[in-house]
Amino acid sequence: MTKKLEVERPLSPHLQIYRPMLTMMMSIAHRISGASLAVGFALLTWWLVAISLGPEAYATVEAFFASLVGRALLFLFTWALIHHMLGGIRHLIWDTGAALDKTSIEVAAWLTILSSTVITILIWVAGYALQGGQ
Amino acid sequence: MATPLKRVRGLGTARHGTETFWRQRITAVANVPLVIFLVLSIVSHIGASYGEVKAYLANPVVAVLMLALILSAAIHMRIGLREIIEDYVHGEGCKIASLMLVTFFAAIVGLASILAIVKISLGS
Repeated sequence: MTKKLEVERPLSPHLQIYRPMLTMMMSIAHRISGASLAVGFALLTWWLVAISLGPEAYATVEAFFASLVGRALLFLFTWALIHHMLGGIRHLIWDTGAALDKTSIEVAAWLTILSSTVITILIWVAGYALQGGQ
Repeated sequence: MATPLKRVRGLGTARHGTETFWRQRITAVANVPLVIFLVLSIVSHIGASYGEVKAYLANPVVAVLMLALILSAAIHMRIGLREIIEDYVHGEGCKIASLMLVTFFAAIVGLASILAIVKISLGS
């Protein structure tokens, strides 16, 4: 009975019916960046635990973060973090009921993409500058 | 029949009302300055020695802010990951297992980070 109802029940248009829209992609990006930050959290934990364990453990983490894979991961996590933070601020503004009209939503989406990319690059430029270009 | 008032008093089907929504927002607001603090902390210590990094984290103000970040982020992460699972995982057994796993993961990374910061602060 349940099965029959499920089959015959009219379905609302699902994801693949719609032409991908910027706001839709931003919503997905917010989730993907948030979920990936869980892995970033684990890396932060690894870093903190290594510091608490001693210089040898810290050297291992440092070596990983300094490697090409480590740096690429950290760059992506930086971007995910900033993107999720700016996207989150956007959500907090929406929670007040403000900026929910079509134009504002589009502008906010573009602002989030552009500023998260620019800020991420700035953080890394600052990082390399402080490190002395290593 | 449930009147709107009765529904409000019962706080909805999950009996938690808007508690999760509100907690997600509070931790989100807290995470903004704490994440900026984390990024500044890391960037300013690139290339620093082990001793310098350890001494920085042992500073009480830094330690408290780091603890606040860990706590707030772990709670926020748990809510967000659960929301994703609730939306996309439909098998009942798989859903419950994933939801539990998320809670365990948040607890483990949270507790391990907190222990590390406490250990660094006490210098042992």
